[in-house]
Amino acid sequence: MSEAAVAIRGLRHTFPGTRPVEVLDGVDLEAAPGAFVSLVGPSGCGKSTLLQVLAGLLAPDAGEALIEGQSTVGEPGLAAYMPQKDLLLPWRKALGNAVLGAEIAGEPKAEARQHALDLFERFGLAGFEESWPSQLSGGMRQRLALLRTFLVPRHVLLLDEPFGALDAITRREMHQWLQEVWTSDARTVLFVTHDVEEALILSDVAYVMSPRPARMAARFEVDYPRPRRPEIVTEPEFVADKARLLAALDGASTG
Amino acid sequence: MAVEVPFLPRRLPLRGGRLLGRWGGAAWEYAPALVLLAALVGLWELMVQVLDTRPYILPAPSAIWDALIDKGHLLPNHIQATATEAVLGLLAAAGGGVLLAVLIASIPLARRVLYPIIVTSQTVPAIVLAPLLMVWVGIGLESKLIVVALVGFFPIVVSTVDGLASADRDMVALVRSMGASRIEELRHVLIPSAIPGFFAGLKIAAAYSVIGAVIAEWVAAKEGLGIFIIRSQASFRIDQIFVAIAVIALLSIALFVAVHLLARVASPWKYANDQGENGS
Repeated sequence: MSEAAVAIRGLRHTFPGTRPVEVLDGVDLEAAPGAFVSLVGPSGCGKSTLLQVLAGLLAPDAGEALIEGQSTVGEPGLAAYMPQKDLLLPWRKALGNAVLGAEIAGEPKAEARQHALDLFERFGLAGFEESWPSQLSGGMRQRLALLRTFLVPRHVLLLDEPFGALDAITRREMHQWLQEVWTSDARTVLFVTHDVEEALILSDVAYVMSPRPARMAARFEVDYPRPRRPEIVTEPEFVADKARLLAALDGASTG
Repeated sequence: MAVEVPFLPRRLPLRGGRLLGRWGGAAWEYAPALVLLAALVGLWELMVQVLDTRPYILPAPSAIWDALIDKGHLLPNHIQATATEAVLGLLAAAGGGVLLAVLIASIPLARRVLYPIIVTSQTVPAIVLAPLLMVWVGIGLESKLIVVALVGFFPIVVSTVDGLASADRDMVALVRSMGASRIEELRHVLIPSAIPGFFAGLKIAAAYSVIGAVIAEWVAAKEGLGIFIIRSQASFRIDQIFVAIAVIALLSIALFVAVHLLARVASPWKYANDQGENGS
């Protein structure tokens, strides 16, 4: 049996304070190498907390979080993490932002830049290499943040609602485009979203989380053939799956 | 009955700057200030002439101009001395200020220990400190540098600490998730975040640095605008004092503008969306 790219077992966490907030209540998850796995759940259910644990930014109270068999507790840098906000560094031009992770990972600068330049076209950013982040549109900023994440030399990508701030039309484009990029890349993706449709279009596996304190409420295998066109959302099979997923989400909410 | 409102063009905004190019644009922007200054000088001249004020009380601008022509050859050495003190003192203030700011921002104990002392240091007037420094380190360049640095480091520390503290915590978390060390966090996020704050402090320090140098010279010096003023005062040459005042003002403005330009070079992303004319 090959080792899981991402494995989470019995993860628990409570944010301390005058009114402690219990976010994760024994969460389990597994992602096979090369799989696209979505994490769907209501807002504030602890999806982002889960990713922060995997990114090594937050030590959980209990449980295991493993990236390729290695614990991420107190050990950042095992996966490429993309937070909800694009967090582009304003003092670096687009190209400089793209290579940030590669640079910190110790890749030689010239090599990292060349690698990034080769990908600007694919990420729809050609011609903007020397632009400042403040000169880019929202969609471009998001693609640049994704490019930066892709260029981090790690096998696992943790994407926290990467398209949450985009309008519906740009979002649809990004779905198509992300599929293309991911297909050619063969890395494991853990994709957090609260959009059921988005999860179905993109994933191999979709997990549904319950509201806070979160547990895994359901796990769906999504096996439509790829590439998946935007029109897929109107097909009966898709609509039925969407209904099942939504039901799981609602079931989780009502307990 | 409905009344047809005719289309009345509003007054067109003054857009002269756009037609004049970059430097013309700057001239356009500051033209009102220059006009006001010229008007005030004109009024001053008129008052002195009409009221026939004694020149040892208030000389007319024309008399000050004459003094400049007459004694101007004495000025370059004095200007050089004062400018050197101001610039070197400012550099010392910047170096020391940044060092203290990094300490205060990164070590909580340093913050609690240093901040009260730094604030207290600002309550000692430079004019009181200067004579003591002369006694301790002599009347050479060093004592002047210390006075200028003491006047200048405070705004630099305060605004650099604020700049470091204003760094986006999420950005720090992001680079940390990439496996960055503390030094790399500082280099990639904290220091760049603090650059605008640092320059805001440096601008204030630059504006005060010439005054600091003059105060230090006032106490004791061989050369400098402070000494020039003392000598002029001793011989009741009020016109020469005004010459010195004008030179001090120009020197301070020049330093301020230099820091401003430096800030633009050091933080180009702040100005990325300007087309050049509306600078700053």
